[in-house]
Amino acid sequence: MSVPLKPKHQRLVLALAALLVLIGAALLAAWALRNQASYFYVPSEMVESPPAPGQAVRLGGMVETGSLETQADGVTIRFVVGDGEARVPVRFSGIVPDLFVEGSGVVAEGRLDASGTFVADNLLAKHDENYVPRELEHMNEAQKRAVVEETTQ
Amino acid sequence: MIAEFGLAALWLAAALAALQLIAGAVTLRSGQGGSGEVLGTLVRPAAIVQGVLAAAAFVALLVLFLRTDLSVKLVADNSHVAKPWIFKLAGAWGNHEGSMLLWVTVMSFAGGLIALLERRLPERTMIATLAAQAFVGLGFYAFLLFSSNPFERLDPPAPEGLGLNPLLQDIGLAFHPPTLYFGYVGLSVAFSFAVGALLTRQVTPDFARAMRPWVLGAWIFLTLGITAGSYWAYYELGWGGWWFWDPVENASLMPWLAATALLHSASVLAARDALRAWTIMLGVVAFSMSMIGTFLVRSGILTSVHAFAVDPERGTFILALLAIYIGGALTVFALRAGTVAEGQRFSATSREGALVVNNVALSAILAIVLLGTLYPLLTEAFGVQVSVGPPYFNPVAAIFFLPMLLVMAVGPLLRWRRDSLGRVRSEVILAGLVIIAVLAGIAFFSSIALLPLLGIALAAGVALASFMPLRGRSLRRLPLATWGMVIAHLGVAVALFGAACDSAFTQERLLAARPGDTTDVGPWTVTLAAVEPVAGPNWTALEGRLSVRYKGGPVTLMAPQSRNFWTPPQQTNEAALLTRWNGQLYAVIGGEGEGERWQLRLWWKPFVTFIWYGGALIGLGGLLALVGRVATDLKRRHVRAQVAIRREERVA
Repeated sequence: MSVPLKPKHQRLVLALAALLVLIGAALLAAWALRNQASYFYVPSEMVESPPAPGQAVRLGGMVETGSLETQADGVTIRFVVGDGEARVPVRFSGIVPDLFVEGSGVVAEGRLDASGTFVADNLLAKHDENYVPRELEHMNEAQKRAVVEETTQ
Repeated sequence: MIAEFGLAALWLAAALAALQLIAGAVTLRSGQGGSGEVLGTLVRPAAIVQGVLAAAAFVALLVLFLRTDLSVKLVADNSHVAKPWIFKLAGAWGNHEGSMLLWVTVMSFAGGLIALLERRLPERTMIATLAAQAFVGLGFYAFLLFSSNPFERLDPPAPEGLGLNPLLQDIGLAFHPPTLYFGYVGLSVAFSFAVGALLTRQVTPDFARAMRPWVLGAWIFLTLGITAGSYWAYYELGWGGWWFWDPVENASLMPWLAATALLHSASVLAARDALRAWTIMLGVVAFSMSMIGTFLVRSGILTSVHAFAVDPERGTFILALLAIYIGGALTVFALRAGTVAEGQRFSATSREGALVVNNVALSAILAIVLLGTLYPLLTEAFGVQVSVGPPYFNPVAAIFFLPMLLVMAVGPLLRWRRDSLGRVRSEVILAGLVIIAVLAGIAFFSSIALLPLLGIALAAGVALASFMPLRGRSLRRLPLATWGMVIAHLGVAVALFGAACDSAFTQERLLAARPGDTTDVGPWTVTLAAVEPVAGPNWTALEGRLSVRYKGGPVTLMAPQSRNFWTPPQQTNEAALLTRWNGQLYAVIGGEGEGERWQLRLWWKPFVTFIWYGGALIGLGGLLALVGRVATDLKRRHVRAQVAIRREERVA
């Protein structure tokens, strides 16, 4: 440590050390991203190839009309999210976001439990008439296409 | 008339920026003593007048908003005759065009200030710096004039205006974006200095001293902006959280991380003439992060309450600017970095060594945050939608953050150039003992997660260590900048303590209560007394009346609201907060359930306020350092002037 390095060498050692740490950070980040990123599912995907129970994922779709019911404790709700092909039951405890109603779009963050119910930690619904969760924009288009196909067939 | 005046001022400012760039470039090309000398004298005045003109354009926009001139499209879209005047004013920058104009104004104003005041650097370096500043500015002028004209007229005028997003009608938010912009723009000045120094091969301690106040200023604004933004998200969103690793939050955090690294490496360059190329590189990186932040927020690539402009054309424009600036700067760096001579040497155990560790750790955290923020965009290109949240960011960033804190505790005790750990043994052992004692104490009495546990223990150690540089020094004669460092480092410990306590000890209660119902959360007893309708200037609300008691003490009232705005129609939850020295009680009221029951969500958050006290301390530390540095610079300039006068007298 106390051996004085030649100027060129010190610069090189510093640059290499910094580079190594940064590469390490990038590798670590890449590895963690693969494990920790939470994937977005629509109901048909979730029914077809369900994520491992307990893994954090997000579920997006339409709240089915007539499926919303409040439990006896007054703060837990159950509803069904569907995309026209499949249906996933969802449970959520908490204050329901603004403009969360039956027939509207929702993105639920949470995890699938062993019984196949999606336990949501958080619900993202429309904030105002201009704001739609990004994933739902796509899904609505896909749905629209599906509807058009169904009616034209 | 005012709109046309503003637009004309903007065009003139753009023309002056072009002049500033061309004159600067010609001067630099022509070499010393060449024909470019005359043109070179134009650069400083051009920068000053450009700053004044841009400021005039912005003032014009402010006046339009204050008067609610509905014949201007931007005003009609974003304001409303019935809005309080302060929000009318804030509406000027609470939208895409206005905020870009604010950006340009602050940037050209800063350019004007450097042109007016900065005399330490060689004139060629200054000309290169101002030319770089004009180059960056021109891109933004083009952006404003060709794709985001804030002064566009509306024919016929609108009858009353479309209002402003009620979520943004908040005094904190009115001043949040400008604060961050000052930070971003300060980094653009640092970038211009770096490019100027690189182009003229003048990477000297003087360059670091000239750049440092701008980096410090930018860093203070970013610190305060992030702190205020985090508190805003905390009380306005009603989710009880204070940091969500939302891409927009990351967009402000990344420049802060880079600026923190730059600040420390510029200190090494100014004091010891080492880390030359590294400082330049960080200058480029810091501004790149500002641009990436702007791109993420402004391009509409993210959906968020922050993203006003959902317009792919504008996103592409900013991306192109980003590519030109960063690509250009990196090319210059690649071509010139080899010719920047090696700075002074230092041994691994020295203040420089500790600061290198700090820099590398901050860069690593920056890389982690950047990758986590961009990853969802990358995967979306391949048709896979993911989101990246706390389970990624918290542990991965902590791997670099926690060791960095240890170095932060020891680094300020070390001497420049060469030192040994043996000299500071007693201090290191003391801090280490505190950390271990706190660790053992908490682990023994309660079972909390590993990260908060480490956080609290390290916070205690760092807080103690932050005062150690004061030991054995005369407090009255200590430079302000050193006080700044002590307070900023203490602030880090305080904020860390708050964050760790919040995640370790928060208690939550969720229930559906009838009026008269009582519940407990932590040491609090909460009774829902009543729910009543109330009305504001542009909203109506249902207000819960809560009477709360801390450990059987006197009753205090809290009133969370569920608000309905009508222009545009929107519902928000207004949380009620009750602050004690040792934490906050946080209450949110939701909708009415069956049987006259109201959803209540309550949190008791011990020491959560320390997060923002810490942020404020960090900002205060930066301010003290800035004042100290500028005062020293002024004194030095005065002394130099005196010496010059005396020399002249002697000659005469």
